[in-house]
Amino acid sequence: MTSTTPNSAAADVTAKPKAIAKNWDGLKPYLLAAPQTIALCVFLVFPILLIGVVSFWEFNGYSMTPAFTLDNYISVFSSDVTLRTYVNTFKFVGMVWLATLLIGYPVAYFLSFHVKKLKWQVLLFLICTIPFWTSNIIRMISWVPLLGKEGLVNQMLMGIGLIDAPLEFLLYSDFAVVLGMVHLYIIFMIAPIFNSLMRIDRTLITAAEDMGASGFNVFKEIVLPLSAPGIAIGSIFVVTLVMGEFITVRLMGGGQAASIGKLIQTQIGSLQYPLAAANAIILLCVTLLLVFSILRVVNIRKEL
Amino acid sequence: MKPRSLSFYLLAAFFGLFVLFLYGPMITIFILSLQGPDGTLTFPIRSFGFYWLGQVFQEQRVGNFVEPFQRSVVLGAIVTLLVASMATMSAMAFRQKFRGSTVLFYLTISALIVPSILISLGLGVMFQIMGWSTNWMTSGLGAHLTWTLPIAFLIMLGIFNRFNPSYEEAAKDLGANDPKTFWEIVLPLILPSLIGVSLLTFTLSYDEFTRTSLVSGQYNTLPLEIFGMTTNVTSPALYALGTLTTLFSFTMIIIAYVAVSRLSRRQQG
Repeated sequence: MTSTTPNSAAADVTAKPKAIAKNWDGLKPYLLAAPQTIALCVFLVFPILLIGVVSFWEFNGYSMTPAFTLDNYISVFSSDVTLRTYVNTFKFVGMVWLATLLIGYPVAYFLSFHVKKLKWQVLLFLICTIPFWTSNIIRMISWVPLLGKEGLVNQMLMGIGLIDAPLEFLLYSDFAVVLGMVHLYIIFMIAPIFNSLMRIDRTLITAAEDMGASGFNVFKEIVLPLSAPGIAIGSIFVVTLVMGEFITVRLMGGGQAASIGKLIQTQIGSLQYPLAAANAIILLCVTLLLVFSILRVVNIRKEL
Repeated sequence: MKPRSLSFYLLAAFFGLFVLFLYGPMITIFILSLQGPDGTLTFPIRSFGFYWLGQVFQEQRVGNFVEPFQRSVVLGAIVTLLVASMATMSAMAFRQKFRGSTVLFYLTISALIVPSILISLGLGVMFQIMGWSTNWMTSGLGAHLTWTLPIAFLIMLGIFNRFNPSYEEAAKDLGANDPKTFWEIVLPLILPSLIGVSLLTFTLSYDEFTRTSLVSGQYNTLPLEIFGMTTNVTSPALYALGTLTTLFSFTMIIIAYVAVSRLSRRQQG
């Protein structure tokens, strides 16, 4: 590694190494951060800029040609199917977000407030995270023998005489899509909430209890506000993950359910790149809008 | 000791149900993959055996599984090497203030926030326009970097936040230069965490599907191969493959856990 020190300043013998050292210290963080910056520019920024460019290109049914046309955007906004797909995507986002929050918060709360020993907290948290380090595809396939027409759930329900015919809505339905997504992404809600709950100063709670606050009041006035940044970070993760989802929708929805991610995937499959790009840009804008509105409600900078 | 409150038991039960929800499906396919040749995709189990686990390695029946596995492992190793070094370097850079650090921070975070289909589409479009053909080693590698790099970077940031700089200052006062300080002081101290981050990166890459799905080119990685199988394989071999690849991921996690706890114990002791 070299540093760029002007040689002319070398009149004094001791000045030169000092100058090098000074320059080097100033340059060091840039050199260290360079590889990551380059990697992200090449594989993230540049591709997304290209999507933006291509979304204005013409498409004649076979290939795309450089041009400037708003046709792709017009066809997105004038298509009933596309608009309904957006509504459907928002439905998934809302349901998965609510479910992950309602399940994730009590789990995180239990781990941080009711499990007293750090060793147990770590162990139980690990138990929660381990499934998330394995293949999403496998985790979704594994719902099939449980929820299918001849699946375990239907067999059991019929066995105890609760139903006569198998429940069809369990698999290949919107229900299955939401269930699959909650199973896939709930850790992204639990981890940040757990993190922010662990940071709450326990003396605050003791103080509140000493002053006569009820358990519910302690939760409402202290725990919930202080864990809001965690909820915000978790929500950002869940919302962005679900917004672009197409695999769960395909595997668990069984061709019935639709989402904007799946629509884009289908358009790419039929090589309609400009149309897919226009949809992707809209998807990106909507996602960023959601993220910014979450950030407006809660200040997460403090958390980092 | 204070008697446990009712809410403890309720929440404990809720937690238990949650763990069942997480692991239940996976245990189901694990059980279903341990059937004899007459096994089917659903319960009841007809006979017990390792037939389907063996079938996974028979090329003609299930589709090729060995080569995608090799690709996933090779790609995971390359991604891990790149990500571990890049994330360590940039996390070290973030210990000082430098211009553009906020931009780089948000750029890195945005790699996680941008919907994954955009990464896939963007890389596909980029390769198309450049006239390159997509391949798991090139476009696939890029897709994996956008997913694993931010996660590794955030963890490394946390590690260096807790890192005591006085060891480095001591080394420098004794006349060690930067590379020497890094190799002899910093690296040994962060090594346990670095191994953890590396193996996490490896599993994340090994299992990655969505970002790679449109840009893997002619040859599939393992998750893509499994996805392909979901449409045309109707035997427990699919579950067997699921069981085997899950066991592989878990082995990696256990190795990481053991390595980290051994190394950190040795440092303390």
